[in-house]
Amino acid sequence: MSKTLFLGDEAVAQAALDAGLSGVYAYPGTPSTEITEFIQNSKQGKEGKVHSIWAGNEKTAMESAIGMSYAGKRAMVCMKHVGLNVAADPFMNSSITGANGGIVVVVADDPSMHSSQDEQDSRYFAKFALIPSFEPSNQQEAYDITYAAFDYSEKYRTPVLIRLTTRLSHSRAGVERKEARPQNELHIEENPKQFILLPANARVHYRALLGKQEKFEEESFNSPFNKYIDGTDKKFGIIASGIAYNYLMENFEGHKCPYPVLKISQYPLPSKLIAKMVDECETVLVAEEGYPFIEEQVRGVLNRTGNIIGRLSGALPRDGELNPNLVAKALGLPDTYGAPVPELVVPRPPALCVGCPHIDSYLAINEAMEEHGKGKVFADIGCYTLGALPPYKAIYTTVDMGASITMAKGAADAGLRPVMAVIGDSTFTHSGMTSLLDCIYENTSVTVMILDNSTTGMTGGQDSHALGVLGEICKGLGVKEDHIHRITPLKAHHAENVALIKKELEYEGVSVIIPTRECIQTLSRRMKKQQAEKKK
Amino acid sequence: MKIDIILAGVGGQGILSIATIVGYAAVKRGMYMKQAEVHGMSQRGGDVQSHFRLSDQEIASDLIPMGKADMIISVEPMESLRYLPWLNPETGWLITNDQPFVNIPNYPDFDQLSAELGKLKNKVVINADKIAKDLGSARSANMVILGAASPYLGIPFEEIEAAVRENFARKGDDVVNTNIACLRAGKEFAEKL
Repeated sequence: MSKTLFLGDEAVAQAALDAGLSGVYAYPGTPSTEITEFIQNSKQGKEGKVHSIWAGNEKTAMESAIGMSYAGKRAMVCMKHVGLNVAADPFMNSSITGANGGIVVVVADDPSMHSSQDEQDSRYFAKFALIPSFEPSNQQEAYDITYAAFDYSEKYRTPVLIRLTTRLSHSRAGVERKEARPQNELHIEENPKQFILLPANARVHYRALLGKQEKFEEESFNSPFNKYIDGTDKKFGIIASGIAYNYLMENFEGHKCPYPVLKISQYPLPSKLIAKMVDECETVLVAEEGYPFIEEQVRGVLNRTGNIIGRLSGALPRDGELNPNLVAKALGLPDTYGAPVPELVVPRPPALCVGCPHIDSYLAINEAMEEHGKGKVFADIGCYTLGALPPYKAIYTTVDMGASITMAKGAADAGLRPVMAVIGDSTFTHSGMTSLLDCIYENTSVTVMILDNSTTGMTGGQDSHALGVLGEICKGLGVKEDHIHRITPLKAHHAENVALIKKELEYEGVSVIIPTRECIQTLSRRMKKQQAEKKK
Repeated sequence: MKIDIILAGVGGQGILSIATIVGYAAVKRGMYMKQAEVHGMSQRGGDVQSHFRLSDQEIASDLIPMGKADMIISVEPMESLRYLPWLNPETGWLITNDQPFVNIPNYPDFDQLSAELGKLKNKVVINADKIAKDLGSARSANMVILGAASPYLGIPFEEIEAAVRENFARKGDDVVNTNIACLRAGKEFAEKL
């Protein structure tokens, strides 16, 4: 069969379709977004009526997937690493319910924080939930693992997790496909107690899950994705997981690695293979992307032998992405380097686009807040987080989806006045609505700016659940109607916008101002499409 | 045969279409390819780069080791210099547009920037914006750059041309022809050096 060029994300998506997927549930988040987008645009997905509409957030996505599994069909949930925090409640409990139709949870981690606020390692979450996890090393394996993961999930009636990292998600290579399998028929879970997690049932299910652990490890031992490659020189043994395996092999291009190598792409860790390596080799280097997950387990808290090295020992950096050079240095191989970057080269940070509606919103916010001093604007996750940078320097916090409103509330409770929250339309429907409800319940003095650009902008312009309904939502939650305003963030309206914001800042209660203008990126794309259609 | 390229530019300048075209030609030849892209926040006017690797053997790493790249292809002069640590200091070539994209307040002095580029041993520095504009499509500067890089890619020029045609086919003959003209102009410029 011929090969198709796929991003790692796309390989996962195509494999899920070929494995008989019936629904993907996701909220956009770099570097995971392209998985769901691929299925949305796929002919195969459309023909198979595979569900692929964006979910409101990662928690609702995970719950929908559990529901689809209950009904007997195969479901996939995709998110970035911090999305799993949002989905943690249903995710953790899905390990107790187990799966009827296969459930594959794909989580894309972002080591080096290219587009994220932390670099948490999702392998811990899989271990925490006591479920198997996979870590593909390349695009072909991303495909093969996803295809196999649904069978695994149904064989052991357990959700499984696939961990990607940015570099694999967004790197392209040739992938060979397998034969497409039909979707499952509807078949409701037969055990009426399986999905009712009353304590009496849950205790039984939990013991059953504990009972599967040995089998999971046996699967890892026999897995084609874990490989023990023997070497003649036992001075080093190398455990390399996920994409780190490629960085290792890059250093032995064209010839065989002289040291034994244990490639890991499936967990729980196969302890027998690790024991073999530790017994045979003088020093064991653990090369892994993210946290020292394997290293910590292998060396243990006492680190009695001192010969297990990696990110914890300092042989590799404790944070950030790996690369071939870092692995070379850890093995004592010669490092390579080109010329230094000339001094005149300066950083070019990302910025709001020319014509972006957030620019006008921030100019108005800055003018309205000027008399109140610094430190009183709480923001959120999205393009508008760039308002932290010059020339705006308009916001003072960004923590997690929806935190703007509730952090502003906490600061107001502490006595700070006036306080403002800045949140995007999509982020608001993701996690801001309950925050607003807290403010309404206590009549907190807070001015909430919901920047409505009619899209999920930072991830490339996905449909937003908030489209056209923000005013209604706020009214329904209980914001007083004369304190809900839609304004147009344009230069021509600047003076009236500033005056309105100033007025609402004085109000002792909850006000919501919704600057509304379409994202300049989605607008120009829409215009181009319209022009093209006119030409036809 | 193996060739490692760093593609560089500013988010939105179209470095990925260079990769798409060369990738298409390479895969058609039966070569292996790996291409690491930047998506997400940096695409908003920040510096972007792509590690682009072609080989007749299987490729291990998605990232090019430092000091090992055969080429930097850049659509922006300051951005071309940002990746010098990856370029092979002896044999590497730098091919760049000389027209700055200024979206930051502290962009370096243009003359100093040219002087810095002048110090490099193997380079093609080209005013791709002007060539593309003269040929009727300012937006095709990236094809001029690709043309300038084409003699060093190890892929026959006709095959790159075919890939350009394929890439722009659905946009109509006019767009195809302009882009081919830009590609050829870039190639001629590089060959005259």
